[in-house]
Amino acid sequence: MRLFIAVFVLLVAVHCEELFNGDQVLRIHAESKDHIQVLKELEKDVDSGLDFWTHGFSTERPVDVRVPHASLYAVKDFLKENNISFAVMINNVQELLDRERAEMVSNTEMERNTKSFNFAAYHDLDTIYSFMDTLVASHSNLISKVKIGSTYENRPMYVLKFSTGGENKPAIWIDAGIHAREWVSHASAVWIADRIATDFKENRAPVPDVLSKMDIYLMIVANPDGYVFSHLTVRPFHRLWRKSRSVTSNPNCPGVDLNRNFDAEFSGPGASDDPCAEDYRGPSAHSEIEVTNIVDFILSHGNFKSFMTLHAYSQLLMYPYGYTGSNAPDQPELHDVATQANKALNSWHGTIYKVGSIFHTIEQASGASVDWAYQHGIKYCFAFELRDTGEYGFLLPADQIVSTARETWFALRYIMQYVSDHPY
Amino acid sequence: MAKPVENPCVRAYYGVTVSLRGGGATEQNRNCSRRELCVSTLLLQTLMNTFLHATELEMATGELVPTHFPARRAAKVAVHYLNTRHGSPFRVFGLQQVHKATAEKSVFRCSAVVLFSTAQKTPPDVQLQCEDLQQINTTPQEEAFYHRYSTSDSPVSALDIPDSHGNMSQEMEPFWHLAGVSASFIMLRESSENTEFNMAQVASVTQQETSEKQLMLKYHLLLHDFVSQEILHWQLLSSWSPERGVRVLETQFLPKCPQATGPPSSTPDQ
Repeated sequence: MRLFIAVFVLLVAVHCEELFNGDQVLRIHAESKDHIQVLKELEKDVDSGLDFWTHGFSTERPVDVRVPHASLYAVKDFLKENNISFAVMINNVQELLDRERAEMVSNTEMERNTKSFNFAAYHDLDTIYSFMDTLVASHSNLISKVKIGSTYENRPMYVLKFSTGGENKPAIWIDAGIHAREWVSHASAVWIADRIATDFKENRAPVPDVLSKMDIYLMIVANPDGYVFSHLTVRPFHRLWRKSRSVTSNPNCPGVDLNRNFDAEFSGPGASDDPCAEDYRGPSAHSEIEVTNIVDFILSHGNFKSFMTLHAYSQLLMYPYGYTGSNAPDQPELHDVATQANKALNSWHGTIYKVGSIFHTIEQASGASVDWAYQHGIKYCFAFELRDTGEYGFLLPADQIVSTARETWFALRYIMQYVSDHPY
Repeated sequence: MAKPVENPCVRAYYGVTVSLRGGGATEQNRNCSRRELCVSTLLLQTLMNTFLHATELEMATGELVPTHFPARRAAKVAVHYLNTRHGSPFRVFGLQQVHKATAEKSVFRCSAVVLFSTAQKTPPDVQLQCEDLQQINTTPQEEAFYHRYSTSDSPVSALDIPDSHGNMSQEMEPFWHLAGVSASFIMLRESSENTEFNMAQVASVTQQETSEKQLMLKYHLLLHDFVSQEILHWQLLSSWSPERGVRVLETQFLPKCPQATGPPSSTPDQ
């Protein structure tokens, strides 16, 4: 749909300006056969100027229609008279087209500036670290690279700090790649880092507003040792590695599941005490240096208001708790925020995510990072499982990276705006 | 395929009673073992594509919470079942991922009842009723594919499908689908309410000589269990022809080798 509009704009721009000013796109929910009949009549009326984006009406899914500005009141009244519920999906089509055109232009410019980094490909650790340096250099007024420690195999752990200045502003944490094989999480984080920078530079809402009140910390690779290992060869033994690469009590089975190693009901159900297991929790909470680095950084900063983590796969948007099925005290609000974020995510490519607590949506899990963060007073904690739902699983084709990153960004953007609007 | 629901179904895993759609089935006089689970109504959608038919199912459940994992696990089992019955090199089913308003698709309705047993090593029971699946016609592609590889002089052999970046050649796609269908037999058999299987990768595929009118394929497959996060290695031999569909002839589970610090020794060729 986006591509169609973009191409159309390019053609039309030659002949005509402001073709769609004030036009709105309505999302209509037909709830009965009568409603469907009404919509069919509406579609037949060619003089109405209505532009149906959805073909084939059913009660199962919404119908999108662009309504010319001149017809807005008439159409909305008509829908209300017939008891058909609708929502305004796009408030001003022309404004959206202008923004898209600007984005396309600026993307072209961006590529010239940042050495045409290929976001639609998976990159190894060195390349990602070098991208980070390039990004910082291109946006030195906004972004700095912070080293929060080293890994088991002595690689640096970096977090990108997006800040407009100020002393210890309230902050948002986002990490990706705590599980090595979930490559689309790192790849999405790379794209998102670039997107935050661009949105700030181009003064695109809500980023400037969020950054005026808060800092954003983005850790693209939370498990560098594991990520390097997953690139060693193409064979599944390496590519499908999940854990860290620390030596354990079993010399034949290295590695700890970093997302079971946090001090949140550590050693509870939902993690294993067998070093050979994929969800091995480790010998003790925070035994893993990668986890200690993150924990120490967040605690010494002391002013984080949101903690979010990107994983793959299953298309889920979740909040605490993982260790128990009881509701977190903030559950109603977290569920609302997640639901709205999910709508934003879904609005672009139509990807379907499920929303719920980790415990109910995936399984009981102990020692999870979002539980730890929540228990330390960080209210807005979310965990994402990105694309897909099992067709490719961990081996998501690279040509899906950008669309995955983009839809994830829409959810993150919503949450960040919400968090900055709800200080506590 | 329509079968009257004989197996009793009373209490779902979380103690929610699930109502069935259609078929006139009632809830009385059921004595399910305590942890049996029922799921109803899988909505089938076909995405039309010149080369391949990938069919996605949308899951809507009776009174099970659709976002909670019991419903999702049960739906996945129903998908495995559907693949064993109707999968082909050009037709594989999966859970719905996308709502694209402008994509070309037909919508089918399926109803499924999935019963997990508490007894060990007992596969789940799946009863599936679908609308006319015969509408999806993949026969020409299947015939061409079968003819090409059953008469070829050089047997097919390949590793790592898809590769690390999720890519595979167009030529390999039907073999990937056949692997997925074959994997469905295993995933269906091995499923419980505590598992959630997908095929992670085809480690290797090797075409075997045969005098039968079948494509004979030896696979080393990797299954991923989302619950334990384990990667499970299976070797299997399966046959396929347009007439007889997929049959899995031999399966062998390859346990993780604890003494390995390198790739498992059971990985064929290197």
